[in-house]
Amino acid sequence: MMLTKQLVVLGLLTGLAMYATPTRPRASESAEVVKITASKFRFTPDHITLVKGQPVTLQMTSTDATHGFLIRALKIDTDIKPGTVSVMTVTPATAGTFKAICDHYCGLGHGGMKMTVVVEETAAQAPPARVASASDTLSK
Amino acid sequence: MKDRMDRRSFLKVAGMSLGIGVVYQFAPFLAHRAEASGIADFFKKLNGEAPASFTFAQFSDPHVGFQGPPDPLGTKAFESAVELINKSAQRPDFVLFTGDLTHDADSRDVHAQRMQLFKSIAARINTSTLHTVPGENDAALDGGVLYREHFGESHYSFDHKGVHFIALDNVSRGRPEVGPDQLAWLKADVARFPKTAPIVVFTHRPLFDLKPEWEWFTADGDDVMNVLAPYENVTVLYGHIHRHHLQQNGKVKHYAARSLIFAFNDPATNEDKKQLPFNKDDPFKELGIRQVTANATGDKTALQVNDIVLAKAEFSGLSGMQQMIKHNNSIAGGSSNDAD
Repeated sequence: MMLTKQLVVLGLLTGLAMYATPTRPRASESAEVVKITASKFRFTPDHITLVKGQPVTLQMTSTDATHGFLIRALKIDTDIKPGTVSVMTVTPATAGTFKAICDHYCGLGHGGMKMTVVVEETAAQAPPARVASASDTLSK
Repeated sequence: MKDRMDRRSFLKVAGMSLGIGVVYQFAPFLAHRAEASGIADFFKKLNGEAPASFTFAQFSDPHVGFQGPPDPLGTKAFESAVELINKSAQRPDFVLFTGDLTHDADSRDVHAQRMQLFKSIAARINTSTLHTVPGENDAALDGGVLYREHFGESHYSFDHKGVHFIALDNVSRGRPEVGPDQLAWLKADVARFPKTAPIVVFTHRPLFDLKPEWEWFTADGDDVMNVLAPYENVTVLYGHIHRHHLQQNGKVKHYAARSLIFAFNDPATNEDKKQLPFNKDDPFKELGIRQVTANATGDKTALQVNDIVLAKAEFSGLSGMQQMIKHNNSIAGGSSNDAD
């Protein structure tokens, strides 16, 4: 009888522990959201600042044609199609300054369609997912 | 083995100065008599054509329709290259064009006119056949519809005197990729050949990560090279980067061609891609063509690559510049300063 009670309590505790500690935490639940608009031939904003290790959800839309959004070093590679929202959650693993490019040809001017993504080492330097302002400077 | 022969020479052809650059000697692709004999038999059986020596040329990125800055000369370099190859002692059996034959245009009609102008200039080349692949300026915006109307299929293969040539389209899907359908076609195409068969692939973008942040890559380039990996004698010729570049990955050598409109800066030493400024005293600086000779002699066959730089020619100095610009204005229209 005592053994049965112990087993029941153990089972309940185990169940509670499993409930309280998801085995696969979803990054998007805690991720900052950055909205990016692609249009011929620019990304808006054209400069964002992220923090290493902090998840961020990119919500990308296009106002005209299909565009691409590629940062090979951060393993970000997606198409942005008009009428849909491309969503991806990423956790930058490397600090530095990276160039995002449109890698889906969108016409004359395509070659100049870029965005600067700065990944800072710690959040102490900057709040996460900061879009550029006039006072921002690139750390190169 | 690095088998580069540092040979520099200088030719004068009817007043046109040619700087003959470095000559690269490919590793012999048929090293032994038994292999050579086997390949000869194979090609003879396949299409009745035994291996023989021949020459072909590679032209790339003339961007017909583009006009200044940085290059106000439009089609002049392209036309000079045509004159140059026509004066060469070795008539090419055919010419490969590795993309961006035309500069993109917002208007379909203007773009079609540019394709016609390209064809009229290319038709002056003294050769029997022209083979083309599209660049993103030719085919990326409409999925290659207009390109195919003017030039036919954008990927295909053919044999010539014992060498198998494969044209790959890595632009028509909008993104830099060949895509699963073309990969399946490639797999079936090369499966017909013995592993020692000499293969030349020509395409627009590099099939490896040369500089992804400058869009100098093909997303599924590794898949292409994996299909070709069992083959021992593969050479890749491409364009897009508007400058000479040689990279050897495993057994495969990848040769980028100079353009016929303007050059880009060096990716190894620059963060941002930029067109090199136009130099009126050296208007064809870093522009050029490539001449490839397949030497089938004895028990060896080898490809020899000659990169020919269009040096400043009879059109030099201010009067020459005015002459060129005047000439160019009479044959080209439109203006844009963006190109890839």
